[in-house]
Amino acid sequence: MTDSILVRHSPLGFVLAASPRTIVGLSVFLLIVFTAIASPWLAPHDPLEQDLLNSFLPPFWVSGADPAFLLGTDNLGRDVLSRLIYGTRVALTVALVAATLTGILGTTVGLLAGFYGGWVDTLVSRMVDIWMAFPAVLLSIVLVAVIGAGLHAVIIAIIVIDWTRFCRVVRAETMVQCQQDYVASAVTIGLSRRRRLFKEILPNILPLLISLLTLEMGIAVVVEAILSYVGLSVASDAATWGGLIQEGRLYINQAPWLMVFPITCIVVAVLGFNALGDGLRSTLDPVLRR
Amino acid sequence: MTAASLLRRLMLSVPTLFGVLVINFVLLRVVPGDPIAMMIGPGATPEDIQNLREIYGLDQSIFQQFLFYIRDLFNGNLGISISMRQDVVELIGGRLPVTLELAFVAIVIALVGIVGFGITASMWKGHWPEVLIDAFSGFVQAVPDFLWGLLFILIFGVLWAFMPIFGRMDLTVEFDPATQFYLFESLLRGDFVVFASVLQHIVLPALSLALPLIAVGTRLLKSSIIESMAQDYVQLARVKGFSHFRIVVSQAFPNALIPTVTLTGVQMTFLIGGTVLVERIFGYPGLGNMAIDAVINRDLPLIQGIVLTFAVMFIVLNILIDMTYAFLNPRLRHD
Repeated sequence: MTDSILVRHSPLGFVLAASPRTIVGLSVFLLIVFTAIASPWLAPHDPLEQDLLNSFLPPFWVSGADPAFLLGTDNLGRDVLSRLIYGTRVALTVALVAATLTGILGTTVGLLAGFYGGWVDTLVSRMVDIWMAFPAVLLSIVLVAVIGAGLHAVIIAIIVIDWTRFCRVVRAETMVQCQQDYVASAVTIGLSRRRRLFKEILPNILPLLISLLTLEMGIAVVVEAILSYVGLSVASDAATWGGLIQEGRLYINQAPWLMVFPITCIVVAVLGFNALGDGLRSTLDPVLRR
Repeated sequence: MTAASLLRRLMLSVPTLFGVLVINFVLLRVVPGDPIAMMIGPGATPEDIQNLREIYGLDQSIFQQFLFYIRDLFNGNLGISISMRQDVVELIGGRLPVTLELAFVAIVIALVGIVGFGITASMWKGHWPEVLIDAFSGFVQAVPDFLWGLLFILIFGVLWAFMPIFGRMDLTVEFDPATQFYLFESLLRGDFVVFASVLQHIVLPALSLALPLIAVGTRLLKSSIIESMAQDYVQLARVKGFSHFRIVVSQAFPNALIPTVTLTGVQMTFLIGGTVLVERIFGYPGLGNMAIDAVINRDLPLIQGIVLTFAVMFIVLNILIDMTYAFLNPRLRHD
């Protein structure tokens, strides 16, 4: 067995123990983070700068392309590559903020329901049932209609809709953990309920939470893309992947590549988050690792 | 399913519907800004506003307003759309058939795909058809559902441009419909030019809706059929000398249907929800497309009407699924 103290507790050991999926997923994630932070330096042009004389330029491998615009330009002559690069900022913001907040809400409720049981559990379970019965698309429409379009509406919609995803899993897992010997020992040595919950049980479900969190990031990226595609996310001229797809859809016959690039970005990001989530799950979970 | 259990099932949907009504009602109240302010143009006098408040019952208590809302609902009055200045019920009535037709075609494609792939994969278990079908469903599930419509547009609308990617039928085709069910109506009237045009336009959006369902359903059906193949009655059929095909289709398949129906039922509600986006992508003039416009225009009476319509569709679909389930499972039939 390779999981000596070194392997389990050093960053190097983590990489050694990591599956190829984790490494691929982590690379995609770090690439997105880097691109988002370094957007102003990476982007060759201002994403909003229009150049109407140079509209609909094709990407570099097609004849008639301008090397100054590697991936071509859109209908207003804006640089597609720069818009894609700035688009990572919106995608990453939503992925991090929405997934984290969704995770916190869902985990808290799930922990309480699983740990206390009784009427708390009944109440939470009923709520989750009702929530799941209500179609997500409708709920997001209603929410955005009430809150008004914008990034904050997207994030709130994700939290309100998806907390059940965390809640269900965490509740079930907490119930399993409560049956374990270590929790019984904690009771015997007189640990308070709060310490049992936060110092004993929570650390043990952390691997599960991390993988759920990365999966949720992938979902958040897609939801943001959908809502900016239909024009309900950030302001319409801001660069978002979904917004770029929507613009590309309008000029599909003149410039099909306008749609290809943002779709590729979304697919790579989502597959990356999913690979990271699945990979981390098997690396961090000692039971699955054996 | 007996009448009593059907009635019980119907009763179960009452709380859900009530919940939707409450949410819908609250929606209009919590929105920032006065609903009246959105209905009137500039230059309205305070008396006009007061009049409107009385007409809409906004000068009453919240509870009274809720009762008015329910009363109007039962009278089939969902108000007037703010952005289109038309009766909400009429607007929805014009769009609902479009969405129903699209969902119907999508579900038919999905069922044919699931049954076809599921049986093929389990017939040739361990051979290339199974490998191929497994790879296909794995791939479909890895790509976010929302992108399929867009990918189809790129592949069949641009790369090999032989499919229409916008609208419901060719504008050059002449058609004077009596209903909004273009597909069914043109078929019944024997107008095959129109039928071909409508069918051509419906294929890609319906396929985008069906594909994720096919992927999930195929996997489940395949594993349930393979599980059934290990049962005693299949052994008996083998001893009797049934052919492999007959064993899979007439013995294992019917028994494998129950888990598949349960799960695909849940997935079908996703399909109905998915019409909102797919209609948008393909410029399909259905209810979902109107819903997005209504949200962009913050047309609250229209949003309320659409949300209610969708909610009723989900409830009806769930009841239908339960009934199918009971029909397929003899143990439940005599419950």
